[in-house]
This record gives sequence, C-alpha cells and structure tokens, in this order.
Amino acid sequence: MHRFAKPSVFLKLTGAMMPWMVALTVILTVVGLYLALIGSPVDYQQGNTVRIMYIHVPAAWMGLFCYVGMALCGAMSLIWKHPLADICARATAPVGATFTALTLITGSLWGEPMWGTWWVWDARLTSMLILLFLYLGYIALVNAFDDPERGSKAGSALALVGVVNVPIVKFSVDWWNTLHQPASVARMDGPSIDPSMLAPLLIMAFAFTGYYFIILVLRVRLELNQRRIRALQLSGLFDERAAANGDDDALAYDQGHNAGAGK
Amino acid sequence: MSEFFSMGGYGSYIWASYGIAALAMIVLLIATLRGLRQSKTELDQLETVLKARRPRRARTTDQSQTS
Repeated sequence: MHRFAKPSVFLKLTGAMMPWMVALTVILTVVGLYLALIGSPVDYQQGNTVRIMYIHVPAAWMGLFCYVGMALCGAMSLIWKHPLADICARATAPVGATFTALTLITGSLWGEPMWGTWWVWDARLTSMLILLFLYLGYIALVNAFDDPERGSKAGSALALVGVVNVPIVKFSVDWWNTLHQPASVARMDGPSIDPSMLAPLLIMAFAFTGYYFIILVLRVRLELNQRRIRALQLSGLFDERAAANGDDDALAYDQGHNAGAGK
Repeated sequence: MSEFFSMGGYGSYIWASYGIAALAMIVLLIATLRGLRQSKTELDQLETVLKARRPRRARTTDQSQTS
C-alpha cells in the first residue's frame, strides 16, 4: 500500500486515470442534470422545489464525506508523518468547504418557499454551519505557519476534534425537533424515496464525487509543486545564484537569511 | 419552454440553486487550474536556473569532499 503513496507513483497513476475521470464526471453530470430538471416527477407536496434536492442533498453528503476524508488524512499525517496524507487533507478542505457552503445556500433557497423562512437556528442547520466553520478554521490554521509541518500538525488536530460534529449533523434530525425533514435515503430500513427521484439523486452524488476527485488530484499536484519550489528556494544552491547575479531582491533576502546557517 | 423555466412559480429559487452550485464549482476548478499553471511556470524557471548553476556546484562539492 505504501508503494502507491509515493508522490511519483501518485502522479503517474492519477495522470493515466485523469481523462477517464473527467469523461465519467461529465457524463454523470449531464445525465444527472437531465433527470433532475426534466426526467423526474414533481413532488406531490413540494411541487418543483423538490428539484433543489438534487443539488442540496448530494452537496451535503459531499460536505460530510470530504470532512471524514480530511480527518482520516489528518490522522495518517499525525501518526505516520506521510507527506502525501497531509497534502491530501489540505487539497480536500476547499472542496468540502465549497460543498458545505452550497448545502447551506441551496437549503436556504429551498427553505424560503417551503418553510417560509431562509434560516432557523435548529440543530441540523447550526451543525452544518459549524461544519463550514471547521473547514474555514482548518484552512486558516494550516496556512498560518511558516513551517508547513507545524501547520499540518495543528490543522490535523483541529480536523480530528471536529469529527464529533459529523454524527451530530447526521442524527440531528432524529435527536431534536426541527423543520428539516428526516433522512429518506440512508435509513436502516432502506430508502423511502421513490426510484424516479432516487436515481437523479444518486447520479448527481456520483457526479459530485467525480468532481471532488478531479479537484483533489489537481490540488495535490499544485501542493507538490509548491513544496518543491519551497525546497529549491531554501536550498543553498540559491545563495550561489544570488551571489553570482545579485539581481533579485527575493533571492538576496534568501541569501541573507541562510548565510548564518551556511557557516 | 417558458413553463419549464418558471418551474411552477418556483423558477427563481430552483435556477438560483443550480446557478450558484455551477458557479461555485467552476470558480474552484478555474482557481485550482490557474494555481497549478503558475506553480508549474515558477518551478520550471527555478529548475532551469539551478541546472545552469549545477556544474559549478558539483565541482565545488567534489573539491570539498576530496580535501
């Protein structure tokens, strides 16, 4: 398993998979959107607003899924100090934050016509807002340190502590009174939703998952590039170049910065 | 067609939901791709500079090792 966790192997594998992932995600999105907007019936109670569900619910699932993934990567980075685990956690955070924000926004747009209010401070909505703040806190924290290793330690600890919020989000509709409707797909006795609505819901969820993996791969590459840039800039090679050319302020600063360490 | 867009009177809520979702996901994708391209350019520049410097460095480290 560790063989696949080497950055070079990761780049090779994901490079080969990328075109297929993009094609699959595009197909799922087109089919999902068709079924969600045209090919599915209106709800007998909620009319056409039920179509908001095909964005809202998959986005909420992804918000939770990404958080669990981020926390697992954080745990792996704390326990095994594997750099790729930390990079995956950092790459996941903005996607999870985006999906969580979309859940809240589309939820508001669904709540206003159906409940008569954009927002209520009940357990489901509040715990989802806390999930968004956990993502934003993680992103702020990991970028707050000059030393990426210290940033990843602090961020991973925050991500792990925040995991307690995940079951609270999931079971909030059962534990407390709320305007929010209870679960209709992930139930012990099987989905209670009609197949004509379950199909677009699941297809959109797979499309969002595909989108997540595409962004994950791209952001891992971005992070690997940035780490390599940092490593090159910090290496003593740069002092020589700055001394030879003496043309770049940033490099001159680097040189001054590392001069003490070189001696 | 206009019936489809009005969505039984809820068109504004539904299209706003789909529009914001599409916008957010496209913005994140573009920001990621742009960051990736910038980091690639920066990395290529650094590596060409270092490659040009490498022969001299190799010599100096060799000397320090032999002496």
